[in-house]
Amino acid sequence: MAKSKKIHSKKAHIGLPIAYIVLIVLSVLWLFPIFWIVLTSFRGEGGAFVPYIIPKTFVLDNYKTLLFNTSGNYPFVRWFWNTLFVAGISCVLSTFITIGMAYSLSRLRFKFRKPFLKTALVLNMFPGFMSMIAIYYILKALNLTESLLALILVYASGAALGFYIAKGFFDTIPMELDESAMIDGASKWNVFIKITLPLSKPIIVYTALMAFMGPWMDFLFAKVILGDKVEKYTVAIGLYTMMTKNTANSLFVAFTAGCVLIAIPITLVFIFMQKFYVEGITSGSVKG
Amino acid sequence: MLKNKENQPSMSFLDLFQKGDIATKLSFVIMGAANFANRQILKGLIFLVSEVGFFYWLFRSGLHSLEMLSTLGTRAQGLVYNKKLGIRILQKGDNSMLLLLFGIVAILVCILFAYLYIVNLRSARHLYELKAAGKLVPGTKDDLRSLLDERFHATLMTVPLLGILFFTVLPLLYMISIAFTNYDHNHLPPKNLFGWVGLKNFGNILTGKMSGTFFPVLGWTLIWAVLATVTCFFFGILLALLINTKGLKFKPMWRTIFVITMAVPQFVSLLIMRNLLNSSGPLNSLLINWGWIDKPIPFLTDPMWAKVTVILVNMWIGIPATMLVSTGILQNLPQDQIEAARIDGANAVQVFRHITFPQILFVMMPSLIQQFVGNINNFNVIFLLTGGGPTNSNFYGAGSTDLLVTWLYSLTVNTLDYNLASVIGILIFILSAVFSLMAYTRTNSFKEA
Repeated sequence: MAKSKKIHSKKAHIGLPIAYIVLIVLSVLWLFPIFWIVLTSFRGEGGAFVPYIIPKTFVLDNYKTLLFNTSGNYPFVRWFWNTLFVAGISCVLSTFITIGMAYSLSRLRFKFRKPFLKTALVLNMFPGFMSMIAIYYILKALNLTESLLALILVYASGAALGFYIAKGFFDTIPMELDESAMIDGASKWNVFIKITLPLSKPIIVYTALMAFMGPWMDFLFAKVILGDKVEKYTVAIGLYTMMTKNTANSLFVAFTAGCVLIAIPITLVFIFMQKFYVEGITSGSVKG
Repeated sequence: MLKNKENQPSMSFLDLFQKGDIATKLSFVIMGAANFANRQILKGLIFLVSEVGFFYWLFRSGLHSLEMLSTLGTRAQGLVYNKKLGIRILQKGDNSMLLLLFGIVAILVCILFAYLYIVNLRSARHLYELKAAGKLVPGTKDDLRSLLDERFHATLMTVPLLGILFFTVLPLLYMISIAFTNYDHNHLPPKNLFGWVGLKNFGNILTGKMSGTFFPVLGWTLIWAVLATVTCFFFGILLALLINTKGLKFKPMWRTIFVITMAVPQFVSLLIMRNLLNSSGPLNSLLINWGWIDKPIPFLTDPMWAKVTVILVNMWIGIPATMLVSTGILQNLPQDQIEAARIDGANAVQVFRHITFPQILFVMMPSLIQQFVGNINNFNVIFLLTGGGPTNSNFYGAGSTDLLVTWLYSLTVNTLDYNLASVIGILIFILSAVFSLMAYTRTNSFKEA
């Protein structure tokens, strides 16, 4: 062991500086867009494009116009609360639904379990928004379009088919635990609440955070469901429409400010759940 | 639903009808009768109420919905002569789209009711058998308790399943049906009717006028999916290895730099990229200022450049994810093999080619195929970056970088050819299904524990 290390350190001496250089170049490439957007959000000169990277003047006006927007066309604060509301409720519902589904399909045995797993697989293979138009009319029939409730409903019902990662996690908990508890007279409810759930904290956190982040990022479903009702928009569609209308040029700097504002919380959440992200992906596919 | 715990096969419903008492016989007509007779009031009530509700709905609107499904409406909207008034007045006409939707809902409701009817009969049979064996009949309390034990799955799954039924299955059935109609920009309800046309749309896309757009788009979709998956995977692993280099300092910091880019919502980073790469955007002006180029590079406006750009930008998005996952795998790889190879004089490239890479590939194969399928359906990158453009005059409603999914989107939103969009959707499904099946037969989460 010690010998081989010695051999390496010789090679490593040549390789290390190259590694540092490559990493620095790559880091610049990866961070440049983010760096640029943060800089632009403080840019004093308006307009979408300027032929330089570093702004000539730094101001907070872009954030001010966004947050204290008086015209009412781009109520960013309102969008923020809408998104928080949708994300909060659909996070709770989706977590219950996903965990419930995953647990049932992983730990419980019933007649239509296997057929259902196969059906879910098939359903997941259709492109998501192929059904979007139909969903729109179903919601319209229920008189729910252009409301946040409809969004919550769609996100939560979508969670029912996103059980694979959580199921993969539950599959790794040894079945003997359940069995021995059941021999001691525990009902399945007790096993679920007292044994499985306490062991599943990582996957619950992962599921909840994923469900919470969904509404911040989804702009397609939300756009179809909410239509033109600007005051019901979530942050994602709001920002998206800022860039697609003919106002794109004049609103660009405000748009970048909005991007920075929502990217901060999501980045924090993401860095926090990085560990769970890897566990989630690998637990579903790696083991055994 | 009620499982027959004993191994002997249950009696047929015909036997049950002949042998059962009056309440059991009555269950065949009035659902829940047997439950009432055995003091399972709540269960009986649920059966009864659903039966009454079903028939009320059936005669009020259900039969009409089912009937209209065969023609999807016959009365077109338009001016019709009214004898009484002596003038032509506007007739409201049938809305084919709603008729189709309600028709499918009606079929689903009928299937649900048929299922409930069978559950009711099973319940009656179960009661009959319990009584015949001289066993105690479970009361409402026992039934409720079993929802937390033997039938806990029913408690957990009923609500999600209803959600799937109405927000996934129903819309899919609806859109699949559309593929067999002529619901296009010439037949838009409520102004016009549309009807069933059989397999005509499939013919149109595979061999007819649309094949000139379909096959090039399909080809680019496959090229894109392969390149996007392979580049992200390969360079992601290389990056992970690079950060894993022995002696490299600040490893967590390097990792975090790349991970941060993953955290930025895709629609933000992609819209930013679109602006960065604009012909009058900062990247072009920077290169011009430095004197590297004379005129702006058409990153997103030239068909060839645009294709290269989307793949490069996709690498920017995808590499950190692969890096993160393969770092986890790298750290868990058994080291003895690598050490042995090194002692035998293998260099870094050889170790990577013959040991590390095959092992990572083995572990990541399922997720790789999943990524491939995901890339076939990668809507965000194309839609936000190029919007399918630059436009291609040879294509119908599609641009040079359009994938099948983004073409599907423009067919529904821009050209309003819902029937073609549905056919594309079904073809994408077939494409994904072939590759997904390969993936899922390899993943453990689908295999039996």
